[in-house]
Amino acid sequence: MIRYVIRRLLLAIPTLLAMLTMVFVLVRLVPGDAAVSMLGDQASEQALDALRARLGLDQPIHVQYLTFLGDMLRGDFGTSMSSGRSVLSEVWQVLPYTLELTAAAMVIGVLFGLPLGTFAALYRNRWPDYTTRLLSLTGLSFPGFVSGILMLLAFAVWLRWLPVMSSASSDPLTHMRNLALPALNLGLIMTAYITRVTRSSMLNVLGEDFIRTARAKGVRPGPLVMRHALRNALIPIVTVVGLYFGTLIGNSVLTEIVFTRPGLGKLILGALQSRDYTLLQGLMVIFAAFVILVNLLTDLIYAAVDPRVSYAK
Amino acid sequence: MTPVLDIKGLTTEFRVKNGWHAAVRGIDLSVNANETLAVVGESGSGKSVTALSTLRLLPQTGARISRGEVGFGGRDLTKLSEREMSRIRGNDIAMIFQEPMTSLNPTMTVGDQIAEGLLIHRGMSRTEAAKEARRLLDEVRVPDPARRVNDYPHQFSGGMRQRAMIAIALACRPKLLLADEPTTALDVTVQAQVLSLLDDLKRDRGMAIVFITHNLGVVAQIADRVAVMYAGEIVETATCDTLFADPVHPYTEALLKAMPRVDRKAESLEPIPGSVPSISARPAGCVYAPRCNYVQPSCAAHPSLVPVGGNHEARCPVRADKGEAA
Repeated sequence: MIRYVIRRLLLAIPTLLAMLTMVFVLVRLVPGDAAVSMLGDQASEQALDALRARLGLDQPIHVQYLTFLGDMLRGDFGTSMSSGRSVLSEVWQVLPYTLELTAAAMVIGVLFGLPLGTFAALYRNRWPDYTTRLLSLTGLSFPGFVSGILMLLAFAVWLRWLPVMSSASSDPLTHMRNLALPALNLGLIMTAYITRVTRSSMLNVLGEDFIRTARAKGVRPGPLVMRHALRNALIPIVTVVGLYFGTLIGNSVLTEIVFTRPGLGKLILGALQSRDYTLLQGLMVIFAAFVILVNLLTDLIYAAVDPRVSYAK
Repeated sequence: MTPVLDIKGLTTEFRVKNGWHAAVRGIDLSVNANETLAVVGESGSGKSVTALSTLRLLPQTGARISRGEVGFGGRDLTKLSEREMSRIRGNDIAMIFQEPMTSLNPTMTVGDQIAEGLLIHRGMSRTEAAKEARRLLDEVRVPDPARRVNDYPHQFSGGMRQRAMIAIALACRPKLLLADEPTTALDVTVQAQVLSLLDDLKRDRGMAIVFITHNLGVVAQIADRVAVMYAGEIVETATCDTLFADPVHPYTEALLKAMPRVDRKAESLEPIPGSVPSISARPAGCVYAPRCNYVQPSCAAHPSLVPVGGNHEARCPVRADKGEAA
């Protein structure tokens, strides 16, 4: 198990390197001059040059690249150009909000998606199945920011049940109320997704021979689904949900912006608007590293679900 | 002696393109305690459908038992509710399936799968059931059962999985065992072991076994009585010895001629031309007529199963005389 984790982490290095290179190139492809955007177009040529020298932007591109790689690998993500604080501390400050949001969305997705998908599979090609499929398709085809705005209109503006702005609060109740709408928005997308995957995976498993064996043993429909079908159906579900995690983070960015909620999303938007290269590239690296980590976690969950998977060797 | 299982006029239909067609047509079958009835026939003859109908394990949509009754323990199983059926399944009637590789749940230990029936039907505690699972694995001759009981199916070989399937089926000491080609997927040596195991268990427990197979070699080894099925009908039924010595129905005769034997040359094997007609294209008269060597004009009328001496019955008026003469 430990050896497997180490091997997987080593395998992540080339992925990480490719990702870092891409981030480096992408950031430099963004049109506009960082120094100009930081100091404004009224700045003197000397001031601009001085800033470029301080940021290392006057160096040849390959030197910039190597310095960048070295810094990243040491965990030094630099200082934010706009705030002057270290990128890491900027990220640490808002990361809990994003983690909380994605975790809540994941919980909502699993809590509703698994039963709904199972329900649809059990009533295949009958009205509960059609209804569930229609709903999940709607959920999937709705862009997160559109559904977010609609939910804001409905629950915050018209019904006035929940706040429009989901800013931070030290009061736990207010905190939960603030979390509710964004989490629901993201969670519904997740639910739609998990429902679809669960339905198709469940249908596959319900057609398996061992389900017939279980029925021949006298296992009732309830335990048949819970004990025999669900666990086997989980294997593909875990894979797909793990893969979807990257998209979930992307969606959380949009959700945070729509609900004016602190988090990585707002940080990214700010970095983009102020052309804060260092913050931007630091964020991209952290996001990507996160996705790689989740993929590793997904592989480890397999072993817990499927006894045929062993990481011993 | 009242038979353990008494099927009368069972007809099971499947939906094919909006029409219902019979896969099993009005069959009568009975099997006594301590008796093995072999049901023989080619693929598509309706053997498995008969067994699945008995336990009501047919697909929930697109299949139905349209006529007949399945008598068991004084009740007609076709009339029972799903809940009542689940009390009988695995308890009074157990079934073993053809594919040992896919018939076990890959995410449950073999021991838990054997114990499950005991927990459901016998109300045993987990520890009691686990102990009994170990004993059952030993009974079906899986080596080192104390350790093997915690293994998952993928750690078992094909033969061992089939033994585990048998252990699952036997856990609650059923009165009737439906074995649907349990040895087909196994090596010949393992096959012989499993057959002798089933035979021992039948004798020890006085079980009734319905053994479904397309392999006449297996029939000769295990069966007391044989029912030959063709296109959803029983075309001949007799004791095992009579059937092999004195087949009446042309289909039985053809099956025997198509079976390899050590005392004959391989060139003397006669394959049966053609194949079993699909359930939506069964001929009106004798269903075997299109493939039969003895076909007469009278075969255009659907024949019924008639006694041809002793407990021997055949569905062929043309050859019935031959049987009576013998």
